Amino acid sequence: MFGKLNWSAIPFDQPIPLVTGAVVLVAILAVLVWVIAKGHLPYLWDEWITSVDHKRIGVMYTLLACVMLLRGFADAIMMRSQQAIAYHSQGYLPPEHFNQIFSAHGTIMIFFVAMPFVIGLMNLVVPLQLGVRDVAFPTLNSVGFWLTATGALLVNISLVVGEFARTGWLPYPPLSELTYSPGVGVDYYLWSLEISGVGTLVAGINLVTTVLKLRTRGMSYLRMPMFCWTTLASNLLIVAAFPILTATLAMLILDRYFGFHFFTNEAGGNVMMFMNLIWAWGHPEVYILILPAFGIFSEVVSTFSGKPLFGYRSMVLATMAICVISFMVWLHHFFTMGAGPDVNAIFGIASMIIAVPTGVKIYNWLFTMYGGRIRFATPMLWSIGFMVTFILGGLTGVLVAVPPADFLLHNSLFLVAHFHNVIIGGVLFGAFAGYTYWFPKAFGFRLQEGLGKAAFWFWLIGFYVAFMPLYAVGFLGMTRRMQHYDVAEWRPWLLVAAAGAVLILIGIIFQIAQLVVSIRHREELRDRTGDPWDGRSLEWATASPPPVFNFAIPPDVRGEDAYWGMKSRAQQQDLTKHEPDYEDIEMPRNSPTGFVCAFFATVTGFALIWHIWWMVAAGLVGAFATFVVFAWRDHDEYVIPAEEVARIDRANLAERRALAGLAGRA
Amino acid sequence: MTDATMAYADGDPHHLRSAVAHVGPASKRIVTGYGFWIFILSDMVMFSAFFATYAVLLGQTAGGPGGRELFDLRNVAIETGFLLASSFTCGLATIAAGVRSKIWFQIAMAVTCVFGLAFLTIEGREFASLVARGAGPTRSAFLSAFFTLVGCHGMHVSAGELWLLTMMAQVFAKGFRADIQRRILCFALFWHALDIIWVAVFSVVYLLGSAI
Repeated sequence: MFGKLNWSAIPFDQPIPLVTGAVVLVAILAVLVWVIAKGHLPYLWDEWITSVDHKRIGVMYTLLACVMLLRGFADAIMMRSQQAIAYHSQGYLPPEHFNQIFSAHGTIMIFFVAMPFVIGLMNLVVPLQLGVRDVAFPTLNSVGFWLTATGALLVNISLVVGEFARTGWLPYPPLSELTYSPGVGVDYYLWSLEISGVGTLVAGINLVTTVLKLRTRGMSYLRMPMFCWTTLASNLLIVAAFPILTATLAMLILDRYFGFHFFTNEAGGNVMMFMNLIWAWGHPEVYILILPAFGIFSEVVSTFSGKPLFGYRSMVLATMAICVISFMVWLHHFFTMGAGPDVNAIFGIASMIIAVPTGVKIYNWLFTMYGGRIRFATPMLWSIGFMVTFILGGLTGVLVAVPPADFLLHNSLFLVAHFHNVIIGGVLFGAFAGYTYWFPKAFGFRLQEGLGKAAFWFWLIGFYVAFMPLYAVGFLGMTRRMQHYDVAEWRPWLLVAAAGAVLILIGIIFQIAQLVVSIRHREELRDRTGDPWDGRSLEWATASPPPVFNFAIPPDVRGEDAYWGMKSRAQQQDLTKHEPDYEDIEMPRNSPTGFVCAFFATVTGFALIWHIWWMVAAGLVGAFATFVVFAWRDHDEYVIPAEEVARIDRANLAERRALAGLAGRA
Repeated sequence: MTDATMAYADGDPHHLRSAVAHVGPASKRIVTGYGFWIFILSDMVMFSAFFATYAVLLGQTAGGPGGRELFDLRNVAIETGFLLASSFTCGLATIAAGVRSKIWFQIAMAVTCVFGLAFLTIEGREFASLVARGAGPTRSAFLSAFFTLVGCHGMHVSAGELWLLTMMAQVFAKGFRADIQRRILCFALFWHALDIIWVAVFSVVYLLGSAI
């Protein structure tokens, strides 16, 4: 009846996951009860859960990322404390639990923190920057988000029902084959990623089509803000790389479920093929994450320096070069596999070449700042912190790209320090910069600066204290994923690293405090004009938060830095008093399709993990029924009348005119 | 006013002046078709992973039978004939939708459906006979790769059949509404793309594979 599922799946003998699970469950129930008791459920359902508005979906992606960041960080602090304690002892985490923690940490941080964070920001901002009313496929966008949430949910269910993979964040066979991992842990991993992978692919297709086919009048390619370019590059990579992940994991699934022989030790299976396939996805994935961050820094640096981006065209070229070259370096993840010196040399050189366009970008940001009137607001602090930190991470990256050096450093903590250096210092700092920068656009009020700056400094210093020791201890020969050790020289470094994790924890507490304080003081922090930072691109040309249709009149772009040009022209020619002709606007109707799809995906995924075949069939039939019901609806759009559009737009224009008038007299 | 500030006013700070006038967002039909093309490209990338795997594992028969023993090229040729013919009738259905002829649309789609089912039946019989001869996917890595690649294409065709029937029902119930026309466009793209992939399957899996 319930396949492999029975009461022994609940880890009653392990207090840590059980207590954590109980606390989370109580918290979720409490929130639910509060939502229902306060009567917020209809609001949540109508305005958020069924919303197909790209801004709402972007916010939900980001929220998912922030919540999962807490989960992933809890794993991190457990690992750091375990390694601080487990010198000549077993520490407090048994090996099978420790292995699940580092696997879950990597999986969650990449797939359910970094990915939703950047996709959320792209979703929120790109249509606004392009001057359009929504993404190409609004309902599909909602489906993509909810499928990502399904993946995150399944990973978290594994905490209390069954177990998670113990194979690392990439399940290398033969360890991940049924022979060596007979439990459901790897299956949780596989189905979570297959489902959320579909969500990511959908988001990628949507954003590529949006950038290529939906741009407002006059927004030619070379007038797009840099963030749109990096979004294009990143999503092209999603479209080209994620199918490889889907195929590779599908092969592992076939091996585990039906006894196929893709990656097994016997009957001709080829383990090395898995490494090649997974990294043919995995390396582009790194750039899928970092390219949007590069775009965010470009926007932030230009805005807060009060200058157009230096070397815009070289930046575009560098972005697209990275997009292409990122597919040609995957083998540097396994130089030690033994492909031979000539192959290793080619991939080593390619890996160094890809550092060149990245270097171009760094210089462009520096030259953008040079001679500018720099404002050191929180997003700018994250950007400068990024530049310093990322250069360091890039240098260690070039070091491990040298095959002979890699033979010494492979799988050591040096490598762990390197990729945290680029992912925290690059992707996460970028995400935080974007979060602070666009928060007023999404919610209509700014985040409190003081606490934001405190959070930045704790994160920055915490990062260096936590990860510089790992470079050192990697040189001292410590490999990654060690549950305990008995080398005395390593101990001091690991104690310092644990202290670094505590500093980062304080940074996170400051971020939570910042959010709470900002919400409480939102009236003082209110952004009335929609342009709180004196911005340059079109997202600042509309109100904060933007009306559901984004722009009352589709903007007409006359050049690069579209909104800056509009502001300049308006001041010179006194166009501020001009009233446009408003027209009716058609917008897509909300739809529960995404949420219902995700419900059936969760049921199907859970049933597949536990081999409950009747439930698999039920889930699939439900998903198809949802699809047909959606296809059958007669009205997919509603009309916002011109008077309503005019009313909303006039209110915002009045605020802007007041500001322009003040600035004019000043 | 200096040149630089003039450029600011024009919003062209880098003096690119190369931007050709862009007219604005494309029509819904173009956007939908374009987005679906991108999906098809991603699907082809997925197939290419399976093709690469097949190529790597081609010789890994683990002492079991290889393609020369297993593949019946005459059978595969008939199968191919059905699929290619179904692509032709699918094209006719698109034309019928273009001139809004319900009856011809339904006839062409029904024939497409039957050809597709014939293709699937032949493929299913081939798979069943292989398994019966002890050459199932668990026999060797080569057969795992074969069943996965060809089966993945077959699953796509099956999903296409389900979609085809849904489209027939939709046209029957709702007529040629603009959104249904867009779905017909996407379905046609999907069906033709499966043909292209089958041409690769035929050449790589069966023709090259029967050399082993």
